Amino acid sequence: MSTPLLQVKDLEVAFRTQTGLVQAVRGVSFTLERGSSLAIVGESGSGKSTTAHAIINLLPGTGHISGGQVLLDGEDLAKASQKEMEEIRGRKIGFVPQDPMSNLNPVWSIGFQVEEAIRANGIASGRKEVKQRAIQVLKEAGLHDADRRLKQFPHQFSGGMRQRVLIGMGLAANPQLLIADEPTSALDVTVQRVILDHLESLTRELGTTLLFITHDLGLAAERAEQLLVMYKGQVVESGPSAQILQNPQHPYTQRLVAAAPSLASRRIQATGSISAAESAIATDASSAAGEAIDLIATAEARAEALEAAASQPPAIVVENLTKVFKIRGSGDFTAVDDVSFQIAKGTTTALVGESGSGKSTVAKMLLKLEDATSGKIVVGGHDLASVSGREMFGLRSRMQPVFQDPYGSLNPLRNIGNTIAEPLTTHKIGTAASRRERVFELLDQVSLPRTLVSRYPNELSGGQRQRIAIARALALKPEIVILDEAVSALDVLVQAQILRLLAELQAELNLTYLFITHDLAVVRVIADNVCVMQKGRIVEAATTDEVFDNPKEQYTRDLLAAIPGANIKLGA
Amino acid sequence: MPDTSSSKPRIEHYVAPLEETPLEAIDSVKAEGKPSNLWIDAWHDLRRRPMFWISSALILLIVFVALFPGLFTNESPSEGCLLANSNGAPAPGHPLGFTRQGCDVFARIVYGASTSLSVGIIVTILVFTLGVLFGAFAGYYGGWVDGVLSRLGDIFFSIPYILAAVVIMSVLANYRNVWVISLAIGIFAWPATARVLRSEILRVKNSDFVTAATAIGVSRFKIMWAHVVPNSIAPVIVIATISLAGAIVAEASLSFLGVGLPSSIMSWGNDIAQAQTTLRTAPQVLIYPSIALSLTVFSFIMLGEVIRDALDPKARAQR
Amino acid sequence: MLWYTGKRLLQIIPVLLGATFLIYFMVFAMPGDPIAALYGDRPPAPGVIDQIREQYHLNDPFIVQYFYYLLGIFQGDFGVTYSGQPVNEVLARTFPVTIRLALLAIFFEMVAGITVGLISGLRKGGIFDATGLAVSLVLISLPIFVLGFVAQYFMGIQWGWFSPTVGTGAPLEDLILPAIVLATISFAQIVRLTRSSVIETSSLDFVRTAYSKGLTRRRVVPVHILRNSLIPVVTYLGTDFGTLLVGATITEGIFNVPGVGRTLYQAVIRGEGPTVVSFVTIMVLLYLVVNLLIDLLYAVLDPRIRYA
Repeated sequence: MSTPLLQVKDLEVAFRTQTGLVQAVRGVSFTLERGSSLAIVGESGSGKSTTAHAIINLLPGTGHISGGQVLLDGEDLAKASQKEMEEIRGRKIGFVPQDPMSNLNPVWSIGFQVEEAIRANGIASGRKEVKQRAIQVLKEAGLHDADRRLKQFPHQFSGGMRQRVLIGMGLAANPQLLIADEPTSALDVTVQRVILDHLESLTRELGTTLLFITHDLGLAAERAEQLLVMYKGQVVESGPSAQILQNPQHPYTQRLVAAAPSLASRRIQATGSISAAESAIATDASSAAGEAIDLIATAEARAEALEAAASQPPAIVVENLTKVFKIRGSGDFTAVDDVSFQIAKGTTTALVGESGSGKSTVAKMLLKLEDATSGKIVVGGHDLASVSGREMFGLRSRMQPVFQDPYGSLNPLRNIGNTIAEPLTTHKIGTAASRRERVFELLDQVSLPRTLVSRYPNELSGGQRQRIAIARALALKPEIVILDEAVSALDVLVQAQILRLLAELQAELNLTYLFITHDLAVVRVIADNVCVMQKGRIVEAATTDEVFDNPKEQYTRDLLAAIPGANIKLGA
Repeated sequence: MPDTSSSKPRIEHYVAPLEETPLEAIDSVKAEGKPSNLWIDAWHDLRRRPMFWISSALILLIVFVALFPGLFTNESPSEGCLLANSNGAPAPGHPLGFTRQGCDVFARIVYGASTSLSVGIIVTILVFTLGVLFGAFAGYYGGWVDGVLSRLGDIFFSIPYILAAVVIMSVLANYRNVWVISLAIGIFAWPATARVLRSEILRVKNSDFVTAATAIGVSRFKIMWAHVVPNSIAPVIVIATISLAGAIVAEASLSFLGVGLPSSIMSWGNDIAQAQTTLRTAPQVLIYPSIALSLTVFSFIMLGEVIRDALDPKARAQR
Repeated sequence: MLWYTGKRLLQIIPVLLGATFLIYFMVFAMPGDPIAALYGDRPPAPGVIDQIREQYHLNDPFIVQYFYYLLGIFQGDFGVTYSGQPVNEVLARTFPVTIRLALLAIFFEMVAGITVGLISGLRKGGIFDATGLAVSLVLISLPIFVLGFVAQYFMGIQWGWFSPTVGTGAPLEDLILPAIVLATISFAQIVRLTRSSVIETSSLDFVRTAYSKGLTRRRVVPVHILRNSLIPVVTYLGTDFGTLLVGATITEGIFNVPGVGRTLYQAVIRGEGPTVVSFVTIMVLLYLVVNLLIDLLYAVLDPRIRYA
């Protein structure tokens, strides 16, 4: 029996910073047999990507391997010279990076970049041969018109196409090991699925050993035989994928499995008061099981609440809404095409679609950040098209947004107190003292300590910033909150926490949510009704259960099928 | 993990002991210590850099000299000059010797400081004001406002500002003073600042916090000054510091060319121009004001550089 | 690319009109008699005054004057100098000299600046880098006439390495010292710009991807790092050309280089207003043309602009 292809033993990676050495990876060990596949799973900052970069010795900045071994066919890469590593990269280890937008050099043509990889690894020589091999590589990666597009530049390719180019380059020299670092997380789900399927069949044909890096437990379990869960630079659990998913042993893994929206099956129910649930988390850090945020909760009284809501007038009515953008030179572009829906008070409707589906434009028109070309938006009995500036100012207090990017949604130069109080000062509500009280109340509602009022956004994590954004949105006691990809940029655990906070706030304040997302998995745990958008139109609208259990449209079925890990049975 | 030595590799299920990686509460708040934002952090960074203190000390010294020249020399820079001392060597009370007119070189340098500094400050205020107004409105309002303002900026930018000042000062031969020369330099020097601010504003104005403010009902004008401009101004501060140095050089260059300040106003540029005729015989008369000028310029450029390092996270990472 | 070129050519028209208008405005719309202002303390003979009034159409309304001036520019007629020579003739004699000086200076600053900047950037934090940063900071702070005199005094007069002034016909070896002086400040700027650009590019994802493909460092540095880092450096050359023009005026004056710059320098020193206006106009036109060329070069370097 030969040695395993890759053996990582007690790998340590450290970064030199101004304050000293920071250990990013601590004592990571694993073994990868020839032809097998392994996925390293973890949240951001867990050290999963750093581990991958350490294997091919391409750590960024001051990062370096400070201990342990990386044995490829028994040869220790941690001790390899620069020249030896250059020999190994491409030839023995291929690499598919994360973001297709930033991983191709914008100033060179696609053909140039593929050909240079082929030439560097001695796969072919001579102009014609190299070019032929480049076309072959790209075609294998799924770019069928490769021969015509060799001279084009990266910015002329879509994200999915670029990712195919990167996969092609990674496999150009037929390496024994392919490291794929979040290869599809920047892509739409349906594209993601197609590309992963393709990658899987390619590597199976070539017999390539696969090392996946991903944050998505469902995706990892679906694509790899073996899982390695990392937390704070260490391996907390590893083993066969199915076994880990069905029977997670380490409390951290249990948390992850419980919080993964792709694996959850029911809407979150707000149980008990928020503060009670939150304080349980804050104080009881050691009892891990009790801390797990369980999205797989059972539906109970939700149906009754929905029935009650149906008898009241709806909070939002959208009728035949259309938005046409005039594009110079190339005519009109219809971003939103004849869209109609209603949202009952106190309920959540999700608007789901991939990039370019027009879902965010709908949100902008609702918030009157963008004027509708035609159609009607009625909020609380007022038609947005006909309200005056004065009335609109009043209406704004009834409808507030929370946006996607936690790093962009707060003014970095304003302290938290002033940020939350801005709606109050703008609408001249209360005195300075009463506003301060209200800010404290809002901080309590989003479970953040009151001491934060004098702090600044850059001191907070992404999830905490989203809480502040929610607090700001709630300051004017709105009836409607528009959540535009509000949890999409967060790690799963934090995401689950914010989702539960939203559910609890809804139960407590009878809020109406319009939840805009590309992630159908999240929809299941937050929404009552779903509208699926494609190319500006709503293609399917129904209750969440109907959409998930009995989708009518092919597009909806594609979206559902693309949720990673959807077909994995959980033991629990 | 044990070695997988059996013929059919079996994947072990490994679970790390809990003590090794104690779990932390999800997303726990860690906000101890002092509040921090861009400006607070920049100040903490500046405080630790010797270059900041050196340049600040030099600038303070120059400001002091400019304000109270009498404290530094007892000699008059222009009166009581004896031609007998023409290009004379250093003598007691005259540490740097004499100019061609027999005036005290050190006194002339001391009294010249206020001219350089005044021009530098007036030009910088002018450039900053015009640059911020043009850049902010063009970047924030976009559309035709941007079209008009940016084209206007392009036109002013198309004439190198020292050349423009040469023309203006040539025409205004009878009106030469510190204010006129500052205006002549500043009126063509602002487009660079406006461009930088405009591109920063284009970056900031699409931030979600701006959209959030709009959704709250804050007026467009207020959003511009309360949210957008403060977040775009950092690079402009850096440019302002460096443009102060540029203005001092510009004044000296114009005076050197004879279209700057009249000889009745003390200016290092004038002194250098006058000393060039005797460069071969008395280089020191030229060298000393040159050193004063270069040192002043150096102080402001060095300050600009450390401020840039402190304010721009990218520059900070490049140290 | 053709579309881009056309667009840039169209964009330059309003700037051209605006710039010439501004220059003309500065001279002839200022308070007082423009002739008295232009000639300062040395009023020309009455006959010359009439000639000047005629030449500049000073008896017509301002806007008409401007159009005559503009017409002259388009016909390549920049008037006559103080001593009565047509500006075009002076230009034909002096322009080649200045072009030689400018090209030499650009060559020095580009080659030396990019080399030093690249090494500094690749060895960030090393001794070479620290020295380079400190020296460039000092060089940026030296006004060009200070630098000119220091170089002339030490390298020309004291040590005799170069000729302190340029001889007739401006032979290339005489131009080396003025070119170095002219190149120095921009050299320092280019060092800093290249350095920060190289550091930034080196940390970009596609560089890591290039290494991951198995490329050697010897290939990645020129093909992926340097090539991309040059884009901001080339853009800088456009604005820098303005500094170069002003610098050439002063440097040519100091070293007595018989070029366009010295002609302007002498006209300024002697207070010959019309000549100053003519030559400033010519320099501004040159500046616009160079910037147009740089913009086109930028499009060649960056396909995202070319195919936008």
